[in-house]
Amino acid sequence: MTGLAFAVLLSAALAGYAMNRRAALALRNGGERLHSLGSFHGLYALLLVLVPAFVATILWIMLEGSVINALTLSGLPDGVLAGATNPQLILTEIQSIAGGRIFGTPDPWKLEAADRMASLRATSGWLLVAVIAALSAALLYVSRRQVTADFRARQAAERIVMGLMITCSLIAVFVTIGIVFSLVFESVRFFQMVPLTEFLFGTRWEPQMPIRADQVAAEGAFGVLPVFLGTLVITFVAIVIAVPVGLLSAIYLNEFASRRFRAVAKPILELLAGIPTVVYGFFAILTVAPALRAWGAALGIPVAPNTALAAGSVMAIMLIPFISSFADDALSAVPRSLRDGAIALGATRSETVLNVLFPAAIPGIMGGVLLAVSRAIGETMIVLMAAGLIAKMTINPLDSVTTITVQIVTLLIGDTAFDSPKTLAAFALGLMLFIVTLFINILALRIVRKYREQYD
Amino acid sequence: MYDTNRPEAAVGQQDIKISASDVQVFYGPKQAIKDLNVEILDKTVTAFIGPSGCGKSTFLRCINRMNDTVDTARVEGRIAIDGQNIYDRGVDPVQLRAKVGMVFQKPNPFPKSIYDNVSYGPKIHGLARDKAQMDEIVETALRGAALWNEVKDRLHEPGTGLSGGQQQRLCIARAVATAPEVLLMDEPCSALDPIATSQVEELIEQLRTRFSVVIVTHSMQQAARVSQKTAFFHLGSLVEYGDTNDIFTRPRDSRTEAYISGRIG
Amino acid sequence: MTDLPDNGRASDTAWSSDAFKNRLARRHRKELGLKLLGLGALTLAFLMLGILLWTLISGGAQAFRQTHVTLDVPISAQMVDPADPAAGNYRGVIAEAMQATFPDAPQERMRALSGILSNAAQFVLRDRVVADPELIGQVVQIRVPTSDTYDQLNKGNVNEASDESTRRLNDEDIRAFRQLEAEGRITLPFNWALFTNADSRFPELAGLRGAIIGSFYALLVCFLISFPLGIGAAIYLEEFAPKNKISDIIEVNINNLAAVPSVVFGLLGLAVFLNWFGMQRSAPFVGGLVLALMTLPTIIIATRAALKAVPPSIREAALGVGASKQQVVFGHVLPLAMPGILTGTIIGLAQALGETAPLLLIGMNAFVTSAPGTPFDASTALPTQIFIWADSPERGFVARTSAAILVLLGFLVLMNAIAIFLRNRFERRW
Repeated sequence: MTGLAFAVLLSAALAGYAMNRRAALALRNGGERLHSLGSFHGLYALLLVLVPAFVATILWIMLEGSVINALTLSGLPDGVLAGATNPQLILTEIQSIAGGRIFGTPDPWKLEAADRMASLRATSGWLLVAVIAALSAALLYVSRRQVTADFRARQAAERIVMGLMITCSLIAVFVTIGIVFSLVFESVRFFQMVPLTEFLFGTRWEPQMPIRADQVAAEGAFGVLPVFLGTLVITFVAIVIAVPVGLLSAIYLNEFASRRFRAVAKPILELLAGIPTVVYGFFAILTVAPALRAWGAALGIPVAPNTALAAGSVMAIMLIPFISSFADDALSAVPRSLRDGAIALGATRSETVLNVLFPAAIPGIMGGVLLAVSRAIGETMIVLMAAGLIAKMTINPLDSVTTITVQIVTLLIGDTAFDSPKTLAAFALGLMLFIVTLFINILALRIVRKYREQYD
Repeated sequence: MYDTNRPEAAVGQQDIKISASDVQVFYGPKQAIKDLNVEILDKTVTAFIGPSGCGKSTFLRCINRMNDTVDTARVEGRIAIDGQNIYDRGVDPVQLRAKVGMVFQKPNPFPKSIYDNVSYGPKIHGLARDKAQMDEIVETALRGAALWNEVKDRLHEPGTGLSGGQQQRLCIARAVATAPEVLLMDEPCSALDPIATSQVEELIEQLRTRFSVVIVTHSMQQAARVSQKTAFFHLGSLVEYGDTNDIFTRPRDSRTEAYISGRIG
Repeated sequence: MTDLPDNGRASDTAWSSDAFKNRLARRHRKELGLKLLGLGALTLAFLMLGILLWTLISGGAQAFRQTHVTLDVPISAQMVDPADPAAGNYRGVIAEAMQATFPDAPQERMRALSGILSNAAQFVLRDRVVADPELIGQVVQIRVPTSDTYDQLNKGNVNEASDESTRRLNDEDIRAFRQLEAEGRITLPFNWALFTNADSRFPELAGLRGAIIGSFYALLVCFLISFPLGIGAAIYLEEFAPKNKISDIIEVNINNLAAVPSVVFGLLGLAVFLNWFGMQRSAPFVGGLVLALMTLPTIIIATRAALKAVPPSIREAALGVGASKQQVVFGHVLPLAMPGILTGTIIGLAQALGETAPLLLIGMNAFVTSAPGTPFDASTALPTQIFIWADSPERGFVARTSAAILVLLGFLVLMNAIAIFLRNRFERRW
């Protein structure tokens, strides 16, 4: 249905183009002097039809879901919802039945509701097509009326285009606002259930709170410190490995490698950066973690199955090309005259790099390292697959720790109900993650920009 | 290993310090210098003049093997200092450059303190046994570069904070601190104002008593003022070489005459 | 001004002294040391890449072939009613066929023997018979996948020398399989099911069709949204935006957005698209929306770089003949910048294709056994399918995870190759 709606609005827009262009040409052939070319009259009609109809379609698609959900819920038999503590879960179940995924034998009223939901969806589809057709027709009429000899069609069309472009650039801002708003909104609900001080300073993280009141389970505890500590341990391991390896690679590529070697080695190194993180996660559980366990056993050191070391070292592999390319850029940005000055004094290449280039490039490299730290903190898949789930107050990299991102995903994976602290805790963690990484990123970008200006 | 012991006895004022024969320089497929033969004297200021792209800076950078750092550069022929070909296999460019100092067109102090700038060369080459000796080397070099009085109270401030002329003299001090035998200067005054220029020129006059100074310059007045010998380069070839006075008053080659009278360049 | 440095130095600092020579040798050793360290670091990185790829290829290669068994199945009218072939007892038919294949086997072994075949065997048979009811009463030859444990046995992943109790297959099971092998009933053809099947609980039946189509829909939505929005924003910011505070804020905002952790975009999608707008969970459309928001900064930054690379002379020439600013940009600058923009877009889409965490949060890790028909149906995507399989305990899923990763990497290589081709083919040097 959505496809049909798009087809309708596109053909209406093209029809508008053809119609207005013809009308404008007819005016000219009738002896009038047009202010704008015929094609601009056409373009004006095209934009006038396309933009509102397109926006209406998008809004419809975005909003129909919540309307249908509300209608479905309101149509449920009396008392069904009153008895349930969690309407969210019921809705999710009805949705999956309507989507054709039936598990077990649902209550008949759920099947009925799913039927109603499916028929509401079908109705909504047809309604959309009808609305778009009507809207397009109205806009076609309006634009056709505007074809006159002195209508400034080019200016009008360009104003629409300009407005579109401004909207596009504002969308990036809206995304940020959307992120901040959704995180803050859900976090506030979380902090109404769990005090902020407990979240920030608590040393126990056991979010397995019962979803339904009648379930028997331990009470949840939401102290973020052990989770945060775990994140830092893994980040530390990753950075400690990745920074020297990345820096030394950059120094070698920049100073010692022949041009041909560099031309081959750099793209290979960048391959590492292009590998999706889920692949690294699989590599960690399949190869690195067993290898570490075997070494640990050989040395007689107890190694946990999901060590911070395994997750951190695999993350380091991912970060090596990132740090290396930043350091490479920073070293190359040091003016050649400084390098020449040192070499002309009889400094060896290593002395030139270590005593002159490196100190001069430090700000740029620091920026890159900070961005790498922010990446490591925000990296999800490697830790989700290779790190642990249990939060522990430990800084032992051979122990199993958990991270902010791991907790976000595990709390939200599967069915989610937006009224339990367990779900909302993920948003509080997300807010924390966002603030921490944003702070680091702003700092890093500022350092990098300052550094660039220094040598421009 | 290349012999650095100069014979102590009977060093004449006009010994040949550098002698180049059949030097060819290529940057990739492009030939930058062809068939260059020249002999540069000790304790003399030699000026290289010529229009842009004539090869004078290229040749200068061959004398301390700076061209080694350019991937595509290739040098053929022989350049000897004190009779030792510096392009021989056994010659270590690091050691060579400690003996052949260089000052660049744009002042390029390291982003370190004034003291650290000057002491860098002696430090890496291990020329000072202790802090006191290093202090002495730094002071001597800064005095030699006529900078001591201006900076003695702020030796530990960054060298990049000095004015352009001071920076260039700092770079000269840095080069002088390793006690080189040859000092190469690649248009050392092109980024300086007239006052700073005259200070540096005065300095060159002083340096001549100790080293062989080779200076590349765009300014013919400067060449006339500071040098005893002048070499005129054109399109990668050495056109004319002789006493500065002769070159400027009685050029033998028509191209030299055209250049110094301002018709080419 | 006269006390210049003296060339005559104490003997231990003179150029030719042994001390100096030793120092020089030490300095050169240090230089060599740094060089070797750098080379070592690079080698370590390459080694890791090598091990990673080798692990994936050696582990995944097996999954591209699947052990099949060929059986002669007598279909009796007792088991399958010719009037309603779809409702027949095909499980029973298969059991009879196994009985016929192993006539000597005791009754209590039959269950284990049927386990050689994949669960799909009865459905393969049913589809054959429903399509052609004439087959009832005849002996039909079918070729069906074996179950995962026997697939592993055939691929040499079972240590037959180990203690029987530690294996999932006992010696009798292995003997039965060897008998089939000796009869020439076991084959190892290319595993088309990996591409034509959707997910399944049984490794031997699980395929990537659903994930590939889901990823395709998600990328399509991502492209359709982020490409026009990104170009529009970039053109405005690069060509039209006044230099003021607001433009600065937008600029800083875009740079920071590019570095926001991907899981945060997942939270945004979950809270806004699923919870507030009530969109379909697990739908590639929602996945595409989230990926589009993530890709947007990449495309904006790439487009601005491409626009910047078009020399001002082009703009001046067009403005000079009386074109409006927009005509200049859309008629002249944008077409010249297009190769650069496309290259950046493809690289951004390749990143989006590998992105996993945000898709998990909007439920694209659902267990779906059919490929999505539209972008609004529940589905997985390639990376989330990898995550699901990596989490599955069955041996067969380990190889399949590697194989799925190889497929994903194949798509990534293809996309990057297209980007590189575009860059080399159309890049202009001004």
